[in-house]
Amino acid sequence: MPEVDPPHDEVREHETVPVIEPGHTFASVTDKISSLVLKRRTPLGWFIGFGLSFMLLQLFFLAVTHLVFNGVGVFGTNQPVGWAMPIINFVWWIGIGHAGTLISAILLLLRQEWRTSINRFAEAMTLFAVACAGMYPVFHLGRPWLAYWLFPYPNTMGIWPQFRSPLMWDVFAVSTYATVSALFWFIGLIPDFATLRDRAKSRGWQIVYGLLAMGWRGSARHWHRYETAYLLLAGLATPLVLSVHTIVSFDFAVAQIPGWHATIFPPYFVAGAIYAGFAMVLVLTIPLRKFYGLEDFITDRHLKNMAKVMLATGLIVGYGYIMEAFFGWYSANQFEGYMIKNRMTGPYAPYYWALIFCNIITPQFLWIKRIQNSALMLFIIAIIVSIGMWLERFVIVVTSLHRDFLPSSWGMYTPTVWDWSMFVGTIGLFLTLLFLFIRFLPIISIFEMRTILPQAEVEEETA
Amino acid sequence: METKPPLYGLMAEFDNPTELVEAARKTYDAGYRRINGYSPFPIPELWEAIGFHKTRLPIIVLIGGILGGLGGYFMMYYMEVMDYPINVGGRPFHSWPAFIPITFETTVLCAALAAVFGMLALNKLPQPYHPVFNAERFALATRDRFFLVIEARDPKFEHDKVLEFMNTLNAKEVIDVEV
Repeated sequence: MPEVDPPHDEVREHETVPVIEPGHTFASVTDKISSLVLKRRTPLGWFIGFGLSFMLLQLFFLAVTHLVFNGVGVFGTNQPVGWAMPIINFVWWIGIGHAGTLISAILLLLRQEWRTSINRFAEAMTLFAVACAGMYPVFHLGRPWLAYWLFPYPNTMGIWPQFRSPLMWDVFAVSTYATVSALFWFIGLIPDFATLRDRAKSRGWQIVYGLLAMGWRGSARHWHRYETAYLLLAGLATPLVLSVHTIVSFDFAVAQIPGWHATIFPPYFVAGAIYAGFAMVLVLTIPLRKFYGLEDFITDRHLKNMAKVMLATGLIVGYGYIMEAFFGWYSANQFEGYMIKNRMTGPYAPYYWALIFCNIITPQFLWIKRIQNSALMLFIIAIIVSIGMWLERFVIVVTSLHRDFLPSSWGMYTPTVWDWSMFVGTIGLFLTLLFLFIRFLPIISIFEMRTILPQAEVEEETA
Repeated sequence: METKPPLYGLMAEFDNPTELVEAARKTYDAGYRRINGYSPFPIPELWEAIGFHKTRLPIIVLIGGILGGLGGYFMMYYMEVMDYPINVGGRPFHSWPAFIPITFETTVLCAALAAVFGMLALNKLPQPYHPVFNAERFALATRDRFFLVIEARDPKFEHDKVLEFMNTLNAKEVIDVEV
């Protein structure tokens, strides 16, 4: 009987795709990853990518300069749509950041070993996405040079911020998130800085990496405290990341606008954030591992696992859309009911249906094993999901606001060229930072890769 | 006249974590206490073997978190209730549910800062100079080599005896490390 249950065997074969290709040693892992940073010649492709990103960054500077000189009137934001592109893009960016913390903290606590080869990169993505997100609230203030007024500091005006407002909670949530993410990332880098210090050939880089490594020498006592700190930071970052998008959703849910005032918002926003974030991790890692030949470390199993997380969170987001429609009907409230009808059939209906296509229909292809194993298909799906998540925020913000309670106040919203310039500009900022990161820092955590090698196990004598 | 520089300790080099942990256990059992292992990645068995079981870091983080939470809450209480009370839509001045999100954030922030700076402080980092860096092959401790050091300040330290002992540990090489 040679053909015993072939589908079963096939399944098992997929499950055993390793998280790191066999045959690697401590030395080969170290040399391979550190050589990406330390080798003298920068690949031509890097210059092309960096150059294009840097051009987009100039667009950001142009948009911001125009904005600061002329005021927020250069944006299309106007009554009744008083919140528009700035908050859409803010929520989009901050959501993308969430996958990085999820990979580095939550998957660490869940002992998901496969996270090791993508966590450094995903954390960098988090930091840069939060930096991009931070641009919007600051520049939408109108007088960005007074942004420090958001923080409670003793001042000659004798007043304090209004702590009962979710917008104030947001200030604390996002600044805490940015700080903790940066610390987590830097702490993770210290042992790798030491590796680069010891492997760098030029005196200049030895000094730079030496300063950053702060004298790390791999002492067992240091490692013990280091591992304790790392684990505790993961435990702190886990509720933090959930709180950030929860508080972002409070910006909406605490208001009485139809379509915003819903209890489902916090979990629905958190799931959406992870969904968008994993899509962005896939969009970035698939080309990265191809150009840098990192298939040994970022294997098909990683891509497949990320696809599964995307599918799961995508389904939660789908549940959120269904519930939004259900609440519109079940509330028996005239304005809620009209909002959902307007969303599906009103002037912005194409955006709504495009969103359903991108976020609900497209990810269903991820059920298919062949698509899970195809990097190209995952890349395409991830791009579609990223667009879909942008559309989701657009639909939530604009459709709820543009039909005000009184028909006399109804209006339409169209982004101006400056809205788009700033959005495309922040993509430039994000990619510029990412290219610099790829060139100067190890994109995969070297010391954690050593720990997942089979040689890293201490063999105990059984006698 | 040339004077011999003072000795920091003796360093043995190993090929893999298993040998290092085994040697560390033997060294601890032989009564040496001022010992340390160096490895390119964390080895839980190693810090147990050299007798370093507990760190004060968790309690520092707990204190940081508690101070952060109390500090955040009372910051808001002081500002909104004592210093400049404003009536917002008839809500009480001490509207505690609205203070919870920021209290949570300051708790996490201070605990995380305590974790990072507590770890660095307990490890006495940044420390640009350390005697072990004098060993030529020690640069490989951040790549693929494993080292064990018996420090000269160990009460049982006698150069020739320690050298003899370390040569029995199956090490690749045993060298003197100068201060």
